[in-house]
Amino acid sequence: MIEPQPAELLQGAILELKDLTVSFDGFKALNALSLRVEKGELRCIIGPNGAGKTTMMDVVTGKTRPDAGSAFFGEIDLLALSEPEIAQAGIGRKFQKPTVFERLTVFENLELSLWGDKRFVKTLLARLTEPQRDHISDVLDTVGLGSHWNVLAGTLSHGQKQWLEIGMLLMQEPDVLLVDEPVAGMTPQETERTANLLLSLMAEHTVVVVEHDMEFVRSIARRVTVLHEGRVLAEGNMDEVQSDPRVIEVYLGE
Amino acid sequence: MRPDIRRLSPSGDSPGGTALVGILLASAIVVPVLNLLVPASSPLHLSTYVLALIGKYLCYAMLALAVDLIWGYCGIMSLGHAVFFALGGYAMGMYLMREIGPRGVYGDPVLPDFMVFLNWHKLPWFWYGFSHFPFAMLMVLVVPALLALVFGWLAFRSRVTGVYLAIITQALSYAMMLAFFRNDMGFGGNNGFTDFKDILGYDLQRDTTRVVLFVATAVALAVAYVACRAITRSRAGRVIRAVRDAESRVRFLGYSVESYKLWVFVFSAVVAGVAGALYVPQVGIINPSEFDPINSIEIVIWVAVGGRGTLVGAVAGAVLVNYAKTFFTGALPEVWLYALGAMFVFVTLFLPRGLMGLLPRSSEAR
Repeated sequence: MIEPQPAELLQGAILELKDLTVSFDGFKALNALSLRVEKGELRCIIGPNGAGKTTMMDVVTGKTRPDAGSAFFGEIDLLALSEPEIAQAGIGRKFQKPTVFERLTVFENLELSLWGDKRFVKTLLARLTEPQRDHISDVLDTVGLGSHWNVLAGTLSHGQKQWLEIGMLLMQEPDVLLVDEPVAGMTPQETERTANLLLSLMAEHTVVVVEHDMEFVRSIARRVTVLHEGRVLAEGNMDEVQSDPRVIEVYLGE
Repeated sequence: MRPDIRRLSPSGDSPGGTALVGILLASAIVVPVLNLLVPASSPLHLSTYVLALIGKYLCYAMLALAVDLIWGYCGIMSLGHAVFFALGGYAMGMYLMREIGPRGVYGDPVLPDFMVFLNWHKLPWFWYGFSHFPFAMLMVLVVPALLALVFGWLAFRSRVTGVYLAIITQALSYAMMLAFFRNDMGFGGNNGFTDFKDILGYDLQRDTTRVVLFVATAVALAVAYVACRAITRSRAGRVIRAVRDAESRVRFLGYSVESYKLWVFVFSAVVAGVAGALYVPQVGIINPSEFDPINSIEIVIWVAVGGRGTLVGAVAGAVLVNYAKTFFTGALPEVWLYALGAMFVFVTLFLPRGLMGLLPRSSEAR
């Protein structure tokens, strides 16, 4: 399951995708995509619709198996693991559409996301410990839902659900957070809060954000990767990327 | 604000649980008194016929609990739970057949009547051990559990969900019914098992035996309810409800959704099997019609009427619908199936939370 990598590849790379190809009925959603994310980075991934952003996340989290290529998380071969195994290994994912457990309370949503043994019998007998409860409280504060801990998640506003889902990711104590369109449908104030939230996470986690909102990307990104037709078109800081003529042609110039 | 766990109101709790356990335990005391001690001339006397009828309802209520756990909480619509019920019933029936001994029509000391009739000379191997009550009771648990384990493992691993799963469980019911109709299966063909004499040496026709069976059923239902409630209130219970509402999210949190489904499915099958085992000595017969796919669908209707996802609702729904069935099939037999269908349509359209939806939500999280 774990294959040692040559030492030079290991330097700080926490996510290393190589030549990933995924095709759906002949359409190449990913076309020999290679991407490297360093430890502790906050990376934004942009690209027009159908560029392969979500498919890339699907491969990393085990939802989609690629036709070719490799995906490593540190030294762990992601292609050999199932979705729960990848989650347990330390990659958390926030979906494009906010997906929280609407008929559980905010507190319960976070409780289920606690890192730990997730097997049935253990979970059946599980009791919240004091440190776990503190952890939940901390995350509630981080995502700003402290006063909503006991409401059903389904009653939260759209923005609050997005934050809850980020909170659920934080409960898992992942090394890598994959965040798909965190500010879609948010008000400007909510967007700003989300930007601050993601920036505050950068210290302890590697964060990969897929986003359409260029304003938002500009406000948080250190490094931006532009995907187009299933492969990397350009990479660099926001200014470099925005002045790249190829990028202007396919995306920004529209 | 620091969440105070003691003030935590868990979601999804439904009212009435304590009342239900109280009613069951009280009826386990009161019903025997009304049947055995109150003289038949008194208006308070409970006839053995009514006692058996209530006992039957309680078996159905246990079956409804099993279906509610898997459907109402875990979101898996099983239209095959009558199979587990019938298997538990057959295991009990095999014991009761062996218990007849030489008192059968043909007087064979070992072979049940139907085997003598089929000119069999030897007891098939799978009948071995069923003359021992503890072994038969073990089989009541093991046989439904094994079938649920194999079937569930195959279905959940292939990620068969929703209506497709419902359809294959119906196919399972149908296949089992056809198999048990065959005489060669060694389970009495279309006649099944009947003419039971006694259980553990006690005459099944005697009022005291029937009262004990009734008490056992009421206690078993109470225990099953408490067990189901413990599961649904545990963290695993919250995972199960999360699976129902957003399955792939649960997977990305690191839970093996398939193994959770499998555990619940197997547990639910065992509860259904026990219900079947308690049912058979009280109604005095088990035959392949118990596998009928329609039966499995009816259970889902009981649960929907009572309130899917509330354990008390499942029990209430099973008792009420079956009471209605007893009434209609007696008074207006041709109307019953229409009434059942109309009830399901009405509940689906106007009472999505079933009869329990009419109660105030006392412990619901705000």
